[in-house]
Amino acid sequence: MHELSIAIQIAEIITEEAAKAEALTVTKVILEIGSLSGIEADAIELAVPEAFRNTICENAAVEYHYIKARAVCESCCNEFDPIDHYKICPFCNSLYTSFLKGKELNIKSFDIVKP
Amino acid sequence: MCGTCGCGDDDHITYHKPNEENQEHSHLHHHGPVAHTHFHRHDDYQLSLHQHQGHSHDHSHDHEHTHDHPHDHTHDHTHLTTTQTVQIQRNILSKNELEAARNRGYFDALKVVALNLVSSPGSGKTSILERTITEKGRELNCFVIEGDQQTMNDAQRIEKAGAPVIQINTGNGCHLDAIMIGKALRQLNMSTNSTLFIENVGNLVCPALFDLGESKRVVIISVTEGEDKPAKYPNMFETSHLCLINKVDLLPYLDFDMEKFLNIAKTVNPMLQFIPISAKTGEGFDQWYAWISQQGVE
Ligand SMILES: Nc1nc2c(ncn2[C@@H]2O[C@H](COP(=O)(O)OP(=O)(O)OP(=O)(O)O)[C@@H](O)[C@H]2O)c(=O)[nH]1
Ligand SMILES: [Mg+2]
Ligand SMILES: [Zn+2]
Repeated sequence: MHELSIAIQIAEIITEEAAKAEALTVTKVILEIGSLSGIEADAIELAVPEAFRNTICENAAVEYHYIKARAVCESCCNEFDPIDHYKICPFCNSLYTSFLKGKELNIKSFDIVKP
Repeated sequence: MCGTCGCGDDDHITYHKPNEENQEHSHLHHHGPVAHTHFHRHDDYQLSLHQHQGHSHDHSHDHEHTHDHPHDHTHDHTHLTTTQTVQIQRNILSKNELEAARNRGYFDALKVVALNLVSSPGSGKTSILERTITEKGRELNCFVIEGDQQTMNDAQRIEKAGAPVIQINTGNGCHLDAIMIGKALRQLNMSTNSTLFIENVGNLVCPALFDLGESKRVVIISVTEGEDKPAKYPNMFETSHLCLINKVDLLPYLDFDMEKFLNIAKTVNPMLQFIPISAKTGEGFDQWYAWISQQGVE
């Protein structure tokens, strides 16, 4: 259910920023969503049009850039693709690894029409 | 529309002290601490009105005429507008994070240890708080914020145990956010060197995403749940500092495999600490109190 509150945050941030840029309308929005961000693709794609209704983003085309997780081992310094949140290093079995990518939950950019 | 659940009702997030339930009810609904989305929406609306005032009627003309472009007015309007890409690269949770930072500043200034208690429904959060308040309420100087979708039940239990409490009812909302905590804090009047327990809505998914400004996050699992909870809800276990394993008094009657649980949890979060407890018998609570006291020292 949190996808809708996330979607409403997206609409609020863009509405504020678009007003600062004196936009007439927003034509495109690019979102970056990591596979470990806690956001479900289906749910967010359903929620965003709902949240954009009656806002300056209403007619915007939305691009969802899904980002695969990537982790690095702090023991042996190798990089690897973790399976979900299981980030055991496949090279040395260390548990001390950290995510390089996959936690993204960003508005990358949006296109506006200006006077 | 409600930002938390999209139910179309803005006014369903309420903030109550147990003894003031009726007086505050209507008051709060009309004034401040009601759903933030409403206000934002309202602001947005005003912003767009501003735009229209500032740039007079041209805008609405532009919009309506776009469809007519092929036929007439083409030049006039195409000359009027330009397109532009705004590279904002902004974290979508930045608003919550800003509010969380404000809460954190408040906690730091008052030397408050704030603990965000998260779990599945029924794992024993309120029971743990009741015992903690009864046994250590004075020493720890306990304050509580209760988050539930409905009812004052948990707040009433906490009040009976003897701690000041604010109940946030989120309606259909599945988590607390930093903005709600900020509003509750204004009513709670915490004193310095105190401990704040925030009982989040029973849910292992959504609360993981929302930093409340807490000092530490405590995830509670009871031994009546499956050992693979950390694998199913990795975000929650990954972002927590301490895991209380509750209802260990029931271990003799269950086939909960403690070792298996610990191994799965450590794979998700190797830094996670564990304390097995029973809110019923009090087993493990000394360790829990010692852990809380340690947080104040840091
Ligand atoms: N046997 C046993 N039962 C417990 C223990 N802790 C809590 N319970 C029982 O578990 C049930 C739920 O406890 P609560 O404290 O209300 O759990 P909660 O996590 O606050 O529940 P929600 O707020 O509804 O999510 C109650 O019936 C408690 O009596 C324990 O250590 N041992
Ligand atoms: Mg409870
Ligand atoms: Zn390694």
